[in-house]
Amino acid sequence: MSDVLAVADHRRGELRDVSFEIVRAGRELAADLGGDLHLAVIAGDTEAFADRLSLAGVDAIHTVDAGAEFNHDLYAGATAALFEELSPTAVLMPNSVNGLDYAPAVANRLDVPLVADAVGLAYDGGLEATREMYGSKVETAVEVSEEPFAVTVRGGEWAAVEETADVPVETFDYEFDESASGARVQGFEEVGAGDVDIADAEFLVSIGRGIEEEENLELIEELAEVTGATLSSSRPIVDNGWLPKNRQVGQSGKQVTPDVYLAIGISGAVQHVAGMKGAETIIAINTDPNAPIFDIADYGIVGDLFDVVPALIEEFN
Amino acid sequence: MKILVTVKEVAEAADDFEIEGTDIGEQFLEYDLNEWDDYAVEAAVQLSEEYDDVEVVSATIGPERSEETIRMALAKGVDRAIRVWDDDVAAADLDVAAKTRLFASVVEEEEPDLVLSGVQAADDGFGATGVSLADEIGFDWAAVVNRLDTDDDLSTAHVHRELEGGIEELTDVDLPAVLTIQTGLNEPRYASLRGIRQAQGKEISEFGLADLGLDADAVASPIERTAMYEPETESDATYFDGSADEQAAQLADVLRDKGVVSE
Ligand SMILES: Cc1cc2nc3c(=O)[nH]c(=O)nc-3n(C[C@H](O)[C@H](O)[C@H](O)COP(=O)(O)OP(=O)(O)OC[C@H]3O[C@@H](n4cnc5c(N)ncnc54)[C@H](O)[C@@H]3O)c2cc1C
Repeated sequence: MSDVLAVADHRRGELRDVSFEIVRAGRELAADLGGDLHLAVIAGDTEAFADRLSLAGVDAIHTVDAGAEFNHDLYAGATAALFEELSPTAVLMPNSVNGLDYAPAVANRLDVPLVADAVGLAYDGGLEATREMYGSKVETAVEVSEEPFAVTVRGGEWAAVEETADVPVETFDYEFDESASGARVQGFEEVGAGDVDIADAEFLVSIGRGIEEEENLELIEELAEVTGATLSSSRPIVDNGWLPKNRQVGQSGKQVTPDVYLAIGISGAVQHVAGMKGAETIIAINTDPNAPIFDIADYGIVGDLFDVVPALIEEFN
Repeated sequence: MKILVTVKEVAEAADDFEIEGTDIGEQFLEYDLNEWDDYAVEAAVQLSEEYDDVEVVSATIGPERSEETIRMALAKGVDRAIRVWDDDVAAADLDVAAKTRLFASVVEEEEPDLVLSGVQAADDGFGATGVSLADEIGFDWAAVVNRLDTDDDLSTAHVHRELEGGIEELTDVDLPAVLTIQTGLNEPRYASLRGIRQAQGKEISEFGLADLGLDADAVASPIERTAMYEPETESDATYFDGSADEQAAQLADVLRDKGVVSE
């Protein structure tokens, strides 16, 4: 007991950033617990992944050689089996899209409590996790009074561990027949290609649900025109079909790093911020002074876009 | 065929709110149908329009107040609704496992062929109930579905799972299954006046724990919220004050300074 089991995330031959972050989250929790950190690497070229994940603070890597890609039956089954073998106090999984597809099944199968999308973890005789609620407007502390427990960790919240170490690698035998799985991955498809690559833009004027109606988009288009900016948006604008998918900034859209990102009527949900926090200067216009976008903004206007944007257009006319 | 849609009434915080204890004060909360569930309802109703003999049933864990939201789903084409609530449920801090037990009992009662739920609830953002439920009831599943096609004999669902960075995974899922629905899958309809009128006559059955063959243990949760606070801001943004014209002028100066706007 008192060990931590963490599970790495990879896709199409590449480890995802959260794999290096979950090592830090796991290491810190294992230190609080006074136990070891075990890292599971499931599917794909596990040997190469294990090599890359031989990081400071990892006590053992367990590879599961089965399948080329993520399959939730494999991940859930192998993670639960490893858990039974190692009897850790905590199992950490990423709150990635694939994490969403297997972590709840692991917790259910093992009959352990699940804290999803944690942004902070501490252990002092019991787990205390930090989470956000109400669209990141508030933070909460949650205490878990049962052990063992499962946690999914939010990407980007823990600094990646880069320092390498010599970590023992063990193969964990887990029988998996992909053809018998009720969910069979048939392939991948890239979406969102188009004439404009917002990832190349130096100045993005980005619009969110605050625009309310499709016809109001004209106002933002005019602003983009007079300032020479490229137009991008949050997800609801694309969901509504008002702009094509290649304009969407965020976790499931594009990652952008412009010199200036002007967010208009965008609340700053975590999945949106994931795509634009690398902008050099972030400016937000929002009626809600508590909108989370202001937490990462360099400049802010608490105001109505329908007043501010026309005035801004005037400035450049 | 029967489709069960899990529907949640979520709370949204007003622009100016105060925290009272471990939650936002009731007077600062507004309630609405969870955005992701709206797409799940639409997906279910579209399937019922596409195939013969499809019944769409919604299931909600929520107090009487949530019937307003449920009526909205009924007005959009859900045939009948189930609402799970009683004093024990009301007193509990429901975690994923507790919700799973409640919905699993509803599934046992209703025996659906397909369960649709939203990817996550906008208020607590756990994003876990659908997959946990699937595992509990022995259904196959897919999370974060943004495209859904079904075989004519309804044996398999061909779905796209929206991964990060503009990549979608194409997956075949055997039915019965639980699919968690991502926004953008379809275009949720507005409730028509006729739909709203019809919804008044549709049935909302209420189930307590005893009706589901459960007792208070089923909603006991080892996870407790112990604090809520406003996050400390990481950056100290410079705010532009004054009238809209004055704010715009200051913003324009910054844009010129940064050299992104040339005149
Ligand atoms: C798996 C997953 C992946 C996702 N991927 C993405 C993604 O890639 N990109 C993305 O953006 N989202 C993504 N989302 C959705 C995300 O959670 C949010 O729902 C979305 O970002 C909200 O967009 P928004 O800020 O435009 O809308 P809202 O959150 O509704 O915010 C609108 C804002 O406009 C403000 N406003 C309203 N009226 C005015 C006015 N007149 N003037 C000024 N301000 C006004 C409001 O105060 C509010 O802050 C994803 C979600 C999930 C679950």
